[in-house]
Amino acid sequence: MDHFPTNWGRPRNDAFDAYGTYPISQRPYNGPTTDAFSDGIQHTQQPIVTGTSVLAIKYKDGIMMAADNLASYGSLARFKDIQRLHPVGNNTVIGAGGDMSDFQYIQALLDQLMIEEFTEQDGHSLGPSEIHEYLSHVMYSRRSKMDPLWNSLIVGGFKDEKRFLSYVDLLGTTYSASTLATGYGSYIAQPLLRKAVEGNEDVLTEDEAVKILEQSMKVLFYRDARSLNKYQIAKITADGVSVSESRSVETHWSFAEGIRGYGAQTQ
Amino acid sequence: MTSIGTGYDLSASTYSPDGRIFQVEYANKAVENSGTAIGLRVKDGIILAVEKLVHSKLLIPEANRRIQTLDRHLGLATAGLLADGRQLADKARDESANFRDSFRSPAPVKYIADRLGSYVQVYTLYSSVRPFGISTIIGGVDQDGPSLFVIEPSGVFFGYHGAAVGKGRQLAKTELEKLKLSELSMRQAVFEAARIIYLVHDDSKEKTFELEMSWIGDETNGLHVPVPKDLLAEAEQRAKAELEDFE
Amino acid sequence: MFRNTYDSDNTVFSPQGRLHQVEYALEAVKQGSAAVGLRSKTHSILLALKRSTGELASYQQKMFRIDDHVGIAIAGLTSDARVLSNFMRQQAMSSKMAFNRPIPVNRLVSAIADKAQVNTQEYGRRPYGVGFLVIGQDQSGPHLYEFSPSGNSYEYYAMSIGARSQSAKTYLEKHYESFADCSLEDLIQHGLHALRETLQQDKDLNVNNTSIGIVGAPSTHEKTTGVSFRILEGETIQPFLDTMVPKDAPAPAAAPAASTDEDVQMAE
Repeated sequence: MDHFPTNWGRPRNDAFDAYGTYPISQRPYNGPTTDAFSDGIQHTQQPIVTGTSVLAIKYKDGIMMAADNLASYGSLARFKDIQRLHPVGNNTVIGAGGDMSDFQYIQALLDQLMIEEFTEQDGHSLGPSEIHEYLSHVMYSRRSKMDPLWNSLIVGGFKDEKRFLSYVDLLGTTYSASTLATGYGSYIAQPLLRKAVEGNEDVLTEDEAVKILEQSMKVLFYRDARSLNKYQIAKITADGVSVSESRSVETHWSFAEGIRGYGAQTQ
Repeated sequence: MTSIGTGYDLSASTYSPDGRIFQVEYANKAVENSGTAIGLRVKDGIILAVEKLVHSKLLIPEANRRIQTLDRHLGLATAGLLADGRQLADKARDESANFRDSFRSPAPVKYIADRLGSYVQVYTLYSSVRPFGISTIIGGVDQDGPSLFVIEPSGVFFGYHGAAVGKGRQLAKTELEKLKLSELSMRQAVFEAARIIYLVHDDSKEKTFELEMSWIGDETNGLHVPVPKDLLAEAEQRAKAELEDFE
Repeated sequence: MFRNTYDSDNTVFSPQGRLHQVEYALEAVKQGSAAVGLRSKTHSILLALKRSTGELASYQQKMFRIDDHVGIAIAGLTSDARVLSNFMRQQAMSSKMAFNRPIPVNRLVSAIADKAQVNTQEYGRRPYGVGFLVIGQDQSGPHLYEFSPSGNSYEYYAMSIGARSQSAKTYLEKHYESFADCSLEDLIQHGLHALRETLQQDKDLNVNNTSIGIVGAPSTHEKTTGVSFRILEGETIQPFLDTMVPKDAPAPAAAPAASTDEDVQMAE
């Protein structure tokens, strides 16, 4: 005799439980044996919608940064009004190249961080060096999970009478210098910036700093196929943060008519 | 009180035969023992003001705040057990952050009040916890303009034009009812709030107190911040002067 | 000892809206020997009275270093203090790790206060039985906080906790207005005088039973050059003890150890 009441009155064929007599956890399972993740998870292997170079220099009154307004989808100039210079609090701007959705995620992350800091209302605030330190941990921990945030970021700021300028990228690599550039700008613009700025950090005026960045943005627009002649300049000084309206520089393309692939095709 | 000694008042999970939950009522007693807090909803913003009882002259003035900030646009003042107030504010910050995370926009004040009301209510259900010993005024400015709510230890919450909790709430409510709140500017409301706090403070019974005020609205770009020092000083001065006239 | 119906656990309000278990926890703080804290414009200091169980035993530890810029003095259950101070160290290290910033002292104190509050609201755990005085220096200058098992924390010009701390408090209330401009030596002298008030009649402060904790620039009596938190014990405190003015009979009669319920403050 079976003394187990749950076994009484069962159909003879246990594999086919037509009347649902078993508790859910014991019913025979007839679903698929694999799910969408059974082959493993694939993480980001390339950026999708991308921004190109960010430039930043130290000058007499603080830090100045520049980045164009383009977000490309591959080689397609997809979005032409994207701001890539993002103020964080009253002393810091971050500029981003690389994947724009990852950048937006970082913006949200920092926004929440600044709210938490604001809600403390105790007179303490996060400055550029703290934000850079935090970002470097975020970037490094994501790359260590083999799931990086695909950006190169420049953090510029001015707090307690001190300029701050530093870099962090998708690998978690960080460095500081008086001129920084990401992406294509690190090849094309960086030498120009170094030549103009190094040794002159404490004498360059605001106008001179703007000129240096304008010149570099112009060169980048000539050379970088993923750039746009529409960019913004941010400055961070003792007075706080300001990001300019979009602007452009004058360029001349008559020379290009002779270049195969650009002008009228003559075989 | 008929509750004492009956055994029906030892747990939040016990009803008395006439359907009351005494632990929640006792929690309200904890609220009544604390300094008054008021909130004013005026046409372009919110004012929060508390009567902060100073239990020692060794305390550093202005350092130990009773009004807390939940988000850029949200403020909270509690009456009752101060530590409970901090706990609830932490929860509110989480809620506000979660809302931002989901919708990429600042949370409506009512949403936060609703969530906190539900949270506080849970603590009235079980014997393994005690109810919150606080009444909470939450104020903020969202898409629909300024709004103000009060959450009681029972978990109920109501919206108000003017709200008062704590020891002097009856007198404060009477005073608030005399005001045309929807016509006041934020600055005028600061003076009124200061006057009410000074009025309800009972000099004869109480220790000394400190007036603490914060505001949110057009004057502050929608941020919840303390009322600036000079304005606070002016408001205090006026409040004292009016009190003397009154007497 | 008398008993009442509403004091057996911390999830029950009394009809007056009080939490007896929490108030008893505050009593546990008063079982510990006294600690005193003071603050000037440039320094925060702690002084504590160490007990010893007997001739052959060492003196207890009353002060803990949390970080370079923060230290605490305790009164009450030492084991609870060790748990909480470990938590504080973790918080301090995580601020250092994430932001490369010394944690603001008020946030550190709030963190343990919020932790302690949970034990006053949920069943199954008792409230912590220890009170802290926390000193520290951050971007906004030197600070002194009191943490108590009720989950409250306050910032003070000067404060005392532990056994007979009311007598020290009386001394501090009389002199606190002068502390802001005190030199470190004078501040310590005030601290020693306040701590002395908590002693029993026939006892005196000496190099064995006194600890001094300091943040801020060093005194000429110290060997260090750093400004970070340090604890002075043993012979190093002799020069400071020497500065004390003997408590003679004609000295202003110290207020009697006032009613002990003076510092039971649950609400607010």
